[in-house]
Amino acid sequence: MSETVIDKSGWLNLEINGKPVQMPPGSTVMDAAQTLKVFIPHFCYHKKLSLAASCRMCLVQVEKIPKPVPACATPVSEGMKVWTRSEVALAAQQSVMEFLLINHPLDCPVCDQGGECQLQDVAVGYGKGCSQYQEIKRVVPGKDLGPLVSAAEMSRCIQCTRCVRFGDEIAGQMELGLIRRGDRVEIVPFVGETVESELSGNMIDLCPVGALTSKPFRYQARSWELSRRRSVSPHDALGANLIVQLKRNQVVRVQPFENEAINECWLSDRDRFSYEALNSEARLTRPLVKKDGVLIEADWQEALPLAAARLQNIIERDGGEALGVLISPHATLEEAALMSRLARALGCDNIDHRLRQQDFSQDSKNVSWLGMPIADVSQLKAALFVGSFLRHDQPLLTARVRQAARHGAAISSLHSVRADWHLPLLYENVVPPSQLVTALAALVVAAHRETKATQALPAAFNEVTPTEKDTAIVRTLLAAPERAAIFLGSFAQQHEHAALLHALAQRLADDTGAILGVLPEAANSVGLALTGAQPQKGAQKGGLNARTMLEQPRKAYVLLHTEAPFDVAQGSAALTALRQADFVLSLSPFRPAEEGASLNALPDIVLPDIVLPIAPFTETSGTFINMEGRVQSFHGVAPPLGETRPGWQVIAALAGLLDQPFAETTPEAVRASCVPSADSVKARLSNRADTVLQALPKAAQKTVERVAAVPIYQADPLVRRAPSLQRTALAALPKVAMNAALAARLNLIKGGAVRIRQGNHAGENEVTAVLSWICDETLPANTVRFDMAHPLTAGFDVYGEFHLEATP
Amino acid sequence: MNRLQRFLKTWLLLELLSGLGLTFRRMFKPKFTVHVPEEKTPQGPRFRGLHAQRRYPNGEERCIACKLCEAVCPALAITIDIAEREDGSRRTTRYDVDLSKCIYCGLCMESCPVDSIVLTRIYEYHGEQHSDLCFTKDMLLAIGDHYEAQIAKNLEEDAPYR
Repeated sequence: MSETVIDKSGWLNLEINGKPVQMPPGSTVMDAAQTLKVFIPHFCYHKKLSLAASCRMCLVQVEKIPKPVPACATPVSEGMKVWTRSEVALAAQQSVMEFLLINHPLDCPVCDQGGECQLQDVAVGYGKGCSQYQEIKRVVPGKDLGPLVSAAEMSRCIQCTRCVRFGDEIAGQMELGLIRRGDRVEIVPFVGETVESELSGNMIDLCPVGALTSKPFRYQARSWELSRRRSVSPHDALGANLIVQLKRNQVVRVQPFENEAINECWLSDRDRFSYEALNSEARLTRPLVKKDGVLIEADWQEALPLAAARLQNIIERDGGEALGVLISPHATLEEAALMSRLARALGCDNIDHRLRQQDFSQDSKNVSWLGMPIADVSQLKAALFVGSFLRHDQPLLTARVRQAARHGAAISSLHSVRADWHLPLLYENVVPPSQLVTALAALVVAAHRETKATQALPAAFNEVTPTEKDTAIVRTLLAAPERAAIFLGSFAQQHEHAALLHALAQRLADDTGAILGVLPEAANSVGLALTGAQPQKGAQKGGLNARTMLEQPRKAYVLLHTEAPFDVAQGSAALTALRQADFVLSLSPFRPAEEGASLNALPDIVLPDIVLPIAPFTETSGTFINMEGRVQSFHGVAPPLGETRPGWQVIAALAGLLDQPFAETTPEAVRASCVPSADSVKARLSNRADTVLQALPKAAQKTVERVAAVPIYQADPLVRRAPSLQRTALAALPKVAMNAALAARLNLIKGGAVRIRQGNHAGENEVTAVLSWICDETLPANTVRFDMAHPLTAGFDVYGEFHLEATP
Repeated sequence: MNRLQRFLKTWLLLELLSGLGLTFRRMFKPKFTVHVPEEKTPQGPRFRGLHAQRRYPNGEERCIACKLCEAVCPALAITIDIAEREDGSRRTTRYDVDLSKCIYCGLCMESCPVDSIVLTRIYEYHGEQHSDLCFTKDMLLAIGDHYEAQIAKNLEEDAPYR
């Protein structure tokens, strides 16, 4: 899959406007024009979508063809001569423009697209300037497409069908369609439905007119008054490149920065609309200090020395091990590196960013990553996903996988729920969470038998018999040597036998010749693993990891960008640990959830003792390392809000007050000392498991097992506070899903609710929640699904025992 | 010949006399002085004075918040914030003109697609401090309401030439 030398034999010679160009057979006149950088006006053509040739704007004159032809749909041929600006071509383009404007309202001043409208630009450049049409224009009623995409002005639509093709081809969900014919043709959603795709925002970019516009941005600003600055998305591990647009130093819109290697020209809605949280009421502008149990605004001069003094006290009294540092994997590399350095200087190795993991037995020096460049995912011929909530965790990677599937790749999934990725899955194996190891082992056995590999399997594998489906999955992987991959998703990484699953996947990859990839959870998961934001075995005595840090409560906690019950798997343990702690210091851009606030349905939420307002990604310089190991540094694009300060400065100030001053004083110096070079990153990226395959665990006898995903719009503090995202269908209240047999056993009635109880620590701190339930026959037996990280469910320990009972 | 002419011009003070002649003739003509503010000079329909915002006859403000005037203003004197009104229409929430920046070029008026922002014939106003010269949307609308008859007449007179 490396760069190939371009062999131009067999290419066709043609001329556009007298300029010669060589194109491979099968390419179109539009491709040739783009190679020559000749602009041909167009609306329905888009390089990432299939051809429609419906707008007719790209008509050009071709020698020996009597009528003008659409450039986007005309294949090149040997000796072809094309004119894009000849009299015939221009007359054709002008006439098409006149037709397009017949039914398009000419009230550009009130249109939100005004100033960045392709129709406006092309009309000025290629239109006639006047119209012969005197009759009444048609009116198309507006549509409700949900809280993100505004379709209030569908009269402006020119029926290019880009949005329809995008839904079908890229998002995998055809949510818009074209009905009726002639001048009554209309773009409509399905009856009573809205657009619910997690990539829906791209339709706004695709729409060449003002028919589909951004609802949160509607009537906020004009394109010409925005300053555009580059940044990197802080959500998923893809690290999508952003253009952040500001008006009067406030972020008002985010658009994709085209990067073929990462996000192509797309953005997920999470990347696009999470900016709303940056300007929301939830932002903290001054430090908060707890006085008499209530958080009160204070000065930096008061809060910072107080925080340092209280940390100092606890360390002097109980030693460095009394401290626990929980770093969010969404934190920048600089913040995490400085925070880890400070913690280690204070004698504390209890540092972790793997907040939702529970099996830490694979403590390899290697850093897991995607295993291949992101762009290669679209080229895969076969892929097996083990325990992945792909669409929720990496929306844009799903689009890549979808591309591969469209080109015939055999995609399979092994998971505890049915995959809802909107792509054709060849094989799907749904097993209860406790059976996941056995199911993967069965694949390993199948691969061993298929390939007749010489390296024998441990005796424990003799009891495992692969099914025909297992063999079929292995065969798809074997059929595509070098272009096959096995990916471990977030559910596999958070599984109680994560290390074993990794080792099994490793063995399967070795036997089938597939590439092993790990899908990292968050924007900087790879970066933080590289920078050592986790216990360093060997240095001093091994520190505690995220799980043990909460199970063995510490005297003090430092939370960097972390929101305690939401960002960790063990919600109840986290609440208990933080409540008993003498001192909790939180560094966060947001106010902690307060009682009665909509974010908080948890009883007695833990309030930190001191909250220091640090800048979110738009207001600080920083670095993220994405899933393919690409180091992406960015600058702050806006000045910090209020008295907010960049995280690295706050940590450096804290270090100074704790007598551990850092030498670096500028963002450049911090970057130079904290960010590893691209080569050293590459050297440490490896998915090789160091767990030796021996015995397989006996499936634990739990009565009911739980599957929990992190909902797409609850994954980090930023999206949790983005109001428009929270109104989408994907952010709906969590429901308890189970199959009918289990529901009958629990005496649940249709439309009723179910009470979930979890007693932690011998009956103390019981957590309960009442959720409505839905019947989902695709779930395995005795398995319920209710997602984590939501205010209603964050208090539960994801891996703990729980009881379900019917409530009216 | 030239030399002779110049000699005579110089020594007979012809230029001085012709200048004095003009002064002398003026003495017998009516005086030009206008007694401002009691008297006013005549103004054309394109006079560019104080700004105003207009309404439609039904009382609805004309401005649709397209921001063209803000974009075209060479002195950056106009500041506009916009939002969606409850009825879904695009409206300004703030329309400030800083008269201390304005150069009265009239481009805002030219660019306005709905004849909302106009320059009136008013030129007698002052401010004692900078903030007095920052006119808000309400003030501009009030001016428009007050002088609507004159503004409409100006536009009508100028219409054939636009």
